[in-house]
Amino acid sequence: MASLRIEDLWKSYGAVQVLKGVSLSVGEGDVVAVIGRSGSGKSTMLRCINGLEQFQKGRIEVAGHMLDGSHSGLRELRKEVGMVFQSYNLFPHLNVAENIKLAPRVVKGVGKAECDEIVVQVLARVGLSDKAYAYPDELSGGQQQRVAIARSLAMQPKVMLFDEVTSALDPELTGEVLLTIAELAKAGMTMVLVTHEMGFARRVATHTVFMNEGKIWEEGPSEELFANPRTPELANFIAPDLK
Amino acid sequence: MIQDFGWSSVQFLIMGLTWTVGLSAMTFVLGGFFGLFLAMGRALGPNWLKLVIAGYIQIVQATPLLIIVFLCFYGLSFLGLHFPPFAAAAISLAVYATAYLADIWRGCIEAIPKTQWEAADALALSRIQRLRYVILPQALRIALGPTVGFMVQIVKNTSVTALIGFVELTRAGQLLNNMTFQPFHVFLTVAAMYFALCYPLSWWSEKLKERKSGVSAH
Amino acid sequence: MAYEMNFAPVLARAPLLVQGATDTIVLSAQSITLGLAIGLAAAIVRTNGPKWSSVLAGVYVEAFRNTPLLVQLFLIFFGLPYLGLRMSAEQAALFAVSINLGAYSTEIFRAGLMAIPKTQIEAGLALGMSRLQVLRHVVIVPALRIIYPALTGQLTLTLLGTSIVSAISASELTLAGARIESQTFRSLETFLVIAAIYISITFAFRLVYWLIGLRLFRRKKAPSVAQAVRPATSSEAAS
Repeated sequence: MASLRIEDLWKSYGAVQVLKGVSLSVGEGDVVAVIGRSGSGKSTMLRCINGLEQFQKGRIEVAGHMLDGSHSGLRELRKEVGMVFQSYNLFPHLNVAENIKLAPRVVKGVGKAECDEIVVQVLARVGLSDKAYAYPDELSGGQQQRVAIARSLAMQPKVMLFDEVTSALDPELTGEVLLTIAELAKAGMTMVLVTHEMGFARRVATHTVFMNEGKIWEEGPSEELFANPRTPELANFIAPDLK
Repeated sequence: MIQDFGWSSVQFLIMGLTWTVGLSAMTFVLGGFFGLFLAMGRALGPNWLKLVIAGYIQIVQATPLLIIVFLCFYGLSFLGLHFPPFAAAAISLAVYATAYLADIWRGCIEAIPKTQWEAADALALSRIQRLRYVILPQALRIALGPTVGFMVQIVKNTSVTALIGFVELTRAGQLLNNMTFQPFHVFLTVAAMYFALCYPLSWWSEKLKERKSGVSAH
Repeated sequence: MAYEMNFAPVLARAPLLVQGATDTIVLSAQSITLGLAIGLAAAIVRTNGPKWSSVLAGVYVEAFRNTPLLVQLFLIFFGLPYLGLRMSAEQAALFAVSINLGAYSTEIFRAGLMAIPKTQIEAGLALGMSRLQVLRHVVIVPALRIIYPALTGQLTLTLLGTSIVSAISASELTLAGARIESQTFRSLETFLVIAAIYISITFAFRLVYWLIGLRLFRRKKAPSVAQAVRPATSSEAAS
């Protein structure tokens, strides 16, 4: 059974066509890396999956929820599809524990004791158990991003989406975030990652998707795709990283 | 005598409007003149001067304008100085505007980064030259929007002087109301005249502020 | 200068002063509560509402920000009875001051709402929160923090503005001053005392705003260990 299925997705901003018939299937426990130049539509596709962007044509089925471009049922979907952003987007007025508890409490109505338990659990998973009372501006970018991952985990999502989560980080801080994601992958979380980290995609992702000009240009098992690119566009794109 | 609200009424209000404009202009000129000195003293002066000016600003900004007007009009006349309503109105509004403009402009001077002072210093400019050629021109740009915005406050606040009998637009409206007994028409017309005066200033102020923030944002 | 100050007759009327000050405080507190409620509602309508309601809110804001409070007061107190809506001086005063503050605070709240990055709202939505929940849990406090100085500054202007309502003989401190002045003919002394009371009330209100700000924007510290290691310092008080 596929956790995520995208069928013939079309999306435009005014006259600019961003997605031109994207279809993709992600099985349970799959880790899919989406790579491509900026403007290739990869982030837009990701944002369509949890309804942050509306689309004109196509169907998305994710974690058992159907999306058809309208807004109905979005909240139910988002309870089960986590998203982590490039700019972390922690809530600055809340400490780490409160950031994590907020959605379980107000969206799912989880009780106080259970919330506290969730906090302990997810912070342990991202290796930040000692930071429950820190405020976002007291943390490094890498730590903030790991808290953002923990916050998303607290909703116990079936699918997680990562939108260039290391792009805003200094090089020396990307490692810790990638490590956290790799551990999630090992634990069997279904994930779609838009990323610029080629080496990481190759190592961690079961599948890699190369997007170009609003289409899925090439896809396949990561090792194979990176080893033998079939199109010149992909070969060009990954060339600098292989040197 | 009872009369209808008609063209002659509007003419009467327009006469009041011209006094409102005149009093506003006078307030702005006086308040601007003294406010500029106080702003510079507050931002750049020796500590004792900063303290005195800060005290003045704090006290005026914690006193209702109407009370300042009363103090000038009733109070000071007992000291042997008798003010006609226009003079009392102008003086009290100037006292008020000076404090607010000084505060606005001090903020603008202080908003210029310290590095600008240092850069000017490195070019061997004297303190006055640094102020004249580097700091004030930049502060002026920031100050334009809020200053025009405060002009709207001045225009509206001249209405307070109606309460000591100075016949500007609001007082003219009161008098006309006593003659016509048509308060709704009278005060709606008065409000429309204020709006015609204030709205363009408000609009201009917003444009100036947008331009300023636009420059820094992009 | 022949004039000699004599505060005794003014201070002898302390009960009038106390009553006036109380009325001013009550009127201010009520207008602030009402005005902020109006302003918040109008700001939400103006930023998120349908086009027609956002235009309507805009007209309200511009109309009341570009005309004097005194004229608004006259229009409400003398003009509205003409339309069949009659109210007491105190009611008219509360109505006028609240609706005036409402217009100003609409713009302030709007600026705060717009200052919150879109990404914060998206993060809330992505966690499954409704728009209202995002507003309440994600947007309000940081927005309030940004606008707090502007907002409390406006509240001070509103407090001072209540003196205007003496023009329709609504009871408050300035009217008390006018009464005392007409009884004692000690104009200067009277209004100096009145000014001093206003200044005290203004500073007291500012103190309250400051305390509310501390409470609203405070940072919760770790329950036990961290507090012992790092005692609350001035940085906490400043935030």
